[in-house]
Amino acid sequence: MADIVLDKVSKKFPDGTIAVRDVDLEIADGEFVILVGPSGCGKSTTLNMIAGLEDISSGELRIGGERVNDKAPRDRDIAMVFQSYALYPNMTVRENMAFPLRLAKLDKETITRKVEEAAKVLELTPLLDRKPANLSGGQRQRVAMGRAIVRQPKAFLMDEPLSNLDAKLRVQMRTVVSRLQKQLATTTVYVTHDQTEAMTLGDRVVIMRGGAIQQVGPPQELYDHPNNLFVAGFIGSPSMNFLTATVDEGRLRTALGDVPIGDRIRRELEGADAPRDLILGIRPEHFEDAELIDEETRRRGAEFTAPVDIVESMGSDKYVYLSVEGERATSAELEELAADAGAADFSGAGSNLVTRLSAESTVTEGEDRRVWFNLEKIHLFDPSDGRNLTLHEGRAAGALAD
Amino acid sequence: MADTTTRAKVRWGLLDLAVVVFALTPVLWIMSLSFKTPATLTDGKFIPREWTLENYRTIFATDQFVRALVNSIGIALIATSIAVVLGAMAAYAISRLDFPGKRMLIGVSLLIAMFPQVSLVSPLFEIERQLGLFDTWPGLILPYITFALPLAIYTLSAFFKQIPWDLEKAAKMDGATQGQAFRRVIAPLAAPGLFTTAILVFIFCWNDFLFAISLTSTERSRTVPVALSFFTGASQFEDPTGAICAAAVVITVPIILFVLFFQRRIVSGLTSGAVKG
Amino acid sequence: MSINATPAGADVAADGTDSRSGRHATVPAQRDNRRRKVPLSENKRAERKLGWLLCAPAALVMLAVTAYPILYSVWLSLQRYDLRFPAEREFIGLENYVTVLTNEFWWTAFGVTMLITVVTVAVELVLGMGLAVIMHRTLVGRGIVRTSALIPYGIVTVVAAFSWRYAWTPGTGYLANLFSDGAPLTERASSLAIIMLAEIWKTTPFMALLLMAGLALVPEDLLKAASTDGATAWQRFTKVMLPVMKPAILVALLFRTLDAFRVFDNIYVLTSGANETSSVSMIAYNNLIRGLNLGIGSTMSVLIFITVAIIAFIFVKLFGTAAPGSDDGERR
Repeated sequence: MADIVLDKVSKKFPDGTIAVRDVDLEIADGEFVILVGPSGCGKSTTLNMIAGLEDISSGELRIGGERVNDKAPRDRDIAMVFQSYALYPNMTVRENMAFPLRLAKLDKETITRKVEEAAKVLELTPLLDRKPANLSGGQRQRVAMGRAIVRQPKAFLMDEPLSNLDAKLRVQMRTVVSRLQKQLATTTVYVTHDQTEAMTLGDRVVIMRGGAIQQVGPPQELYDHPNNLFVAGFIGSPSMNFLTATVDEGRLRTALGDVPIGDRIRRELEGADAPRDLILGIRPEHFEDAELIDEETRRRGAEFTAPVDIVESMGSDKYVYLSVEGERATSAELEELAADAGAADFSGAGSNLVTRLSAESTVTEGEDRRVWFNLEKIHLFDPSDGRNLTLHEGRAAGALAD
Repeated sequence: MADTTTRAKVRWGLLDLAVVVFALTPVLWIMSLSFKTPATLTDGKFIPREWTLENYRTIFATDQFVRALVNSIGIALIATSIAVVLGAMAAYAISRLDFPGKRMLIGVSLLIAMFPQVSLVSPLFEIERQLGLFDTWPGLILPYITFALPLAIYTLSAFFKQIPWDLEKAAKMDGATQGQAFRRVIAPLAAPGLFTTAILVFIFCWNDFLFAISLTSTERSRTVPVALSFFTGASQFEDPTGAICAAAVVITVPIILFVLFFQRRIVSGLTSGAVKG
Repeated sequence: MSINATPAGADVAADGTDSRSGRHATVPAQRDNRRRKVPLSENKRAERKLGWLLCAPAALVMLAVTAYPILYSVWLSLQRYDLRFPAEREFIGLENYVTVLTNEFWWTAFGVTMLITVVTVAVELVLGMGLAVIMHRTLVGRGIVRTSALIPYGIVTVVAAFSWRYAWTPGTGYLANLFSDGAPLTERASSLAIIMLAEIWKTTPFMALLLMAGLALVPEDLLKAASTDGATAWQRFTKVMLPVMKPAILVALLFRTLDAFRVFDNIYVLTSGANETSSVSMIAYNNLIRGLNLGIGSTMSVLIFITVAIIAFIFVKLFGTAAPGSDDGERR
């Protein structure tokens, strides 16, 4: 049991590239922290530095209050679960799980007892004498977890442990990991590129991009109050809609019509170097079929009419894709997010709005539909640096805040 | 693509049979000859009419053959062990480390693999005579190592690349030192590759004729393939055919055993080194 | 996007996992500059040292036993040097080369070697491809086929050669009376045919194994897609399998061509070079070990080496980037 502190930790590779820069992070004892970001953001390097598998170029790493920069992995007393599971193919499940204990020179009986306990927790008992080659993906994953928990280390490090499983199993294992972590109350650092895993698993989520931390916080806070365009676009599925917006005579001109802005935003935009062009962000669930809105709610938003492209009925609600005129919002952050999703070179003409409407909506494909959106929930971003302009003291307040 | 009708099976079966007959006929023929009595040796029949072990008794009674067999086994084993050890070191470096000159080494070993051995015969003949290595074991072991090394390096680096080196990290996380990680995790995984390479290299050394006939002159270091070509039989007037065939069968047996027991490994060893993928 | 690439984004690119940033037109150049300037870290230097240390023994042995002798053999080839008349040893420049290159026997042997090389490699390619397909796709007895195919590969060439010799020896052999009453190994054409047969028998399996490795690279789905697209079996073979297998085929051809050019054991046992069936290796050996003429023998060695180098060069030109080992630099 221990806390983990990263104090201005950086990683510079021999060829001069910086994979991780000045990461400050305090992970409390027993906390479950997720490192998330697109590939190449430095999350795995960070994890490897905590593990001791990569040297720390500068900064300090403390585990349980003790500086461990120069300690070998074996002396840090932490366990790691690898993406490939890294099970020893020449050993049985039992031997795999016993391996760290045997290296720690525990006596035979203790080893047997501990392995059997761990196997019971993970329901591996009937598989103990099999070789990894004869296990399914999910079973291998559980053995990898078993090998980590068996010696009760100070902390668990997990490097995309679920990404090799199929979708259904992944959801199932997610709950297993979550329950196990709560049960053992061991400090856990978990790396993933999947924002759903990040949202569902962790106490706190760390979003990284280009080797630097973008935002740290509980999942809901990141979702509701993103610091910047990158965080806003990365968290949430389907992701936030982004539109271009221009400031003109105290109003925002957008493809959804003119949007009024409150005093606070106006003050923000009055500065000499304030951007004239902004990016407007709206999450899909902040739209609604205009027919289903009561008057009280209607006043808090604005309405527009747009042709309906596709309707996907999910049962609980409907995903409705609307075509809107106008330019697509562009910025370095958005390009990076699109590339990470593999959609960098695939986007229809114009912009497409993804909205999540109530199941009761009678919307049909091909018609023009009147749609309402919530002005209190929209975000405005500065395209040059991605900053969220609607954020005030860490709280997003929409466009109308005074 | 899976066409599992009986007709398809029969068709494949016939093709298989053709391959087996094609591959085995010369081997069975020389075995057959080795069991024939001198009287029936020249009857031209594929299957012996009278069986005898006389030919085997003859060759094991002559010093000429036994000595050559000892030479063959000794030289091949020593050359194989050295080539595999040196090859494993180089292959580890090639597959795991980044250093300038790596491509150069790969290029050089590729060149040597394609090198016409006969071009080396004349200078080696002269050099070894001057150094006193001519007609000695080391005189053969050295060129064998040289020509086996490219084979060993290629096969082994292909094997090493397949080893999940993540396991080394995992072992370290599990509390192993560098040495323990190598001994308990990596070495057991590398062993099959080393073994397969050893078989391939052994076959290569066992097979050689050109160096053996050029760089030896007496029974001191003559290997079996060469001894075969000098066989005269027990007396000068006796036809050596039966004896040659018996000796040929004796040196074929280890190869057939290797192939029977390690077919899968030999195939993977031969194919992995040659083609990337 | 290429203009406003943030420095952070560029740094990530070299992480190796990020392929996207390759699109920044300006970044690779910057990175190269940086790489040159930065001194090697302790780790990197240790890695280099270990790499060299591990490779040194193998490299030294290979160089000592090939590079030095080949230079020495060039030196020998410029001398009159006959071990039977050691007193007459002297430097004679290129005279040996003139002697060899104007010698009828040399050119006959060269022709024989080329003929054997071209015919055996061509036949082996066809047979080997067939064998590879059988070994790869057969529905029954895959293990048996592979095992028996390996036997010719593993068997000692001299042993196989003796088997063929006795098979064609009148009186003894089961094949001797197949075509004529004469002795096939005493006539030039039939001797060459038998030599080639022996070569083909011995080395087709090796060719087939290399080709099979190429076959294994052809994705099953690709063949399925081709057949749903309406391709016949032959079209699937020529349009789908062959292009994917091209590198494997070139590797197999290169190895086998150079190997065939060295043909020696079979000829030695089957005909001893009688009736103008000598290969270049054979007459080099004869001049050297039987004739003890080191000067002429070395000249032939050098000429063979040059010929092989030319063949290899042509193949490597054909390979382009498909040359074996060319990927080892990047892939770890």
